[in-house]
Amino acid sequence: MSILEIKDLHATVETPEGTKEILKGVDLTIKGGEIHAIMGPNGSGKSTLAYAVAGHPKYEITSGTVTLDGEDVLEMSVDERARAGLFLAMQYPVEVPGVTVSNFLRTAKTAIDGEAPSLRHWVKDMKTSMEDLRMDPVFAERNVNEGFSGGEKKRHEILQMQLLKPGIAVLDETDSGLDVDALRVVSDGINRARENTDVGIMLITHYTRILQHVEPDFVHVFVDGRIAEQGGPELAARLEAEGYDRYLVGAN
Amino acid sequence: MTSTDVKGAESAGDPTANEAVGHAAGAAPVAAQGALGDESTTAAPEQEEENLSLPGQDSPAQAALNRGARKRSFERGDHSVPESDVEEWRFTPLRRFAPLFEDVATDDRDGDPAVDYQVEVPEGAADPATLAIGEAPRGTVLVPEDLTTAVASARTDQALHLVAGKNTVYETPFHVQVTGRGADRRGNGHIVLETEESSSAIFVLNHTGSVQYAQNVEMLVGDNSQMTVITLHDWEDDALHIATHHARVGRDAKLKHVAVTLGGSAVRLNSIGEYAAPGGDIEKLGLYFSDEDQFFENRLFVDHSAPHCTSNVAYKGALQGRKARSVWVGDVLIRKEAEGTNTYELNRNLVLTEGARADSVPNLEIETGEIEGAGHAAATGRFDDEQLFYLRSRGIPELEARRLVVRGFFAEIIQQIDVPEIRERLSASIEDELAKSMN
Repeated sequence: MSILEIKDLHATVETPEGTKEILKGVDLTIKGGEIHAIMGPNGSGKSTLAYAVAGHPKYEITSGTVTLDGEDVLEMSVDERARAGLFLAMQYPVEVPGVTVSNFLRTAKTAIDGEAPSLRHWVKDMKTSMEDLRMDPVFAERNVNEGFSGGEKKRHEILQMQLLKPGIAVLDETDSGLDVDALRVVSDGINRARENTDVGIMLITHYTRILQHVEPDFVHVFVDGRIAEQGGPELAARLEAEGYDRYLVGAN
Repeated sequence: MTSTDVKGAESAGDPTANEAVGHAAGAAPVAAQGALGDESTTAAPEQEEENLSLPGQDSPAQAALNRGARKRSFERGDHSVPESDVEEWRFTPLRRFAPLFEDVATDDRDGDPAVDYQVEVPEGAADPATLAIGEAPRGTVLVPEDLTTAVASARTDQALHLVAGKNTVYETPFHVQVTGRGADRRGNGHIVLETEESSSAIFVLNHTGSVQYAQNVEMLVGDNSQMTVITLHDWEDDALHIATHHARVGRDAKLKHVAVTLGGSAVRLNSIGEYAAPGGDIEKLGLYFSDEDQFFENRLFVDHSAPHCTSNVAYKGALQGRKARSVWVGDVLIRKEAEGTNTYELNRNLVLTEGARADSVPNLEIETGEIEGAGHAAATGRFDDEQLFYLRSRGIPELEARRLVVRGFFAEIIQQIDVPEIRERLSASIEDELAKSMN
């Protein structure tokens, strides 16, 4: 079972107006099998947290620690983090022209496992996972994210999570912009991954809607670069009713 | 890759979206274009322009373009030494190419030619033959429009002549291995490729070694025939090469011309295609990978001189290293008589490192409104950090991620090369180039 521990994490970003601190002391521990919903208003730093953990070069970690099963994540390169068991489902997945989904997935799987998957199992796994996510088989031969609809991109992210089997997955607003059917397919995918692989999930979301389909074990309210409050699923219900205003006043 | 399309009616990769360009008769699209010669600062890592002229437009810009009106003559004296204030040469490093503007003979020595030619023809094909100056079909298609071409023509006594016989399909390629035997030596060459009526053949021209090479390639694509020409420029780092390729495509015939430039100090290819009769099809594909201090220029001219012909141009280039340079200028002229034309041209550049520069200029001249479609797109993008992050965040190491992206970028061109061993060799060469940049 994996365990991701974030302690007093501070991160900055360069802007035209100078260096800006976005993360101001984040403490969060996620264990395998748990789902942590990170909720908060726009601009609170939720996505920065996701990217900082994944190692995006845009963000500089100024203090704090991130460990995965005791290993120092901040010392690892982006691809080392992935091979150590971290996964980031992106809010805006990137197009890679000329690279097919099937080639991309096989390359990633090979990199993560350290050896090429056996062809027979791999073909079967891919077929099953794609069926689960209601993805047409021709999808495998399309170029990565090229011409994908919003829903297709998100399903493709969840497909990767199912196949790469990370220990800890960070899902950055995977629910945003999905219609009800796509949301259900994606949510089922998340639930299935948790049941089958004991993955720990950081579910970053702006809306409470996905929590009707994916039940979190913990809810964290993220405001102004840190966690302002945490609780169980009941906290989500309260946010639904009251919104974030209460915290924003507090932050000012 | 983040790619920014040129201003105007561009839309990358979607020919139908650009058809409006060809049909537009008003001034609107023209008003959107930049003035000809509006060169941006040389500090810019890349530059794109587009030029479009439509029937009825009578501007100085159009007069300056007029690609079809360029003077053609076998007389060397009719061509001046190139200067950079001429549109045709404005991107070219003239000093570097200077040896090729001199009217000198091939530097052959006793038993030691400046350029070695090894020719293989497929089974059943006629033996390689030669054509003297003025001996048809030599000179019936290619008439020099610049000094180097005129010199190459005048200084090649015997042109190599390869013929695909009437009604014959050749399964294996004609192969010409051109080897330069000294960077300080001059070579002049002229090659005539011919597919007779209803034949089908592939011609591979492979250039290696080093030499200062002025080369003409003349292509006669007979009625209803199919000619594929693959020219590979895999020179040593100190080679200089100026080539003119000129094709005339017969009725219902098809030319597929593939130009690959990976090696050489400076390589400039002027590739011209025209049509003798309706129903012709010209496809021009290109791939180049320019490293530190390398200059690769591709100039194309598709002259729609007959009705109901089609053309499709797609060139892709990658650049890496300090002073890696590429120039792509694609001219398409749709003459008044070329009704029912359908044409599209595309150029994409991928700048992998700082300090490299790609220029890309598509020009479209349209003299009739009665066409099916005409479009172009040009874009230059940097290697995209977000793409790299995405792939690496899936565990793929940086070098492999870069390979995936560049391989993907070139795949569209490589997949269309009909000779498997060339496809494989190209893929391997691209891997080598990338490995260089990672060290």
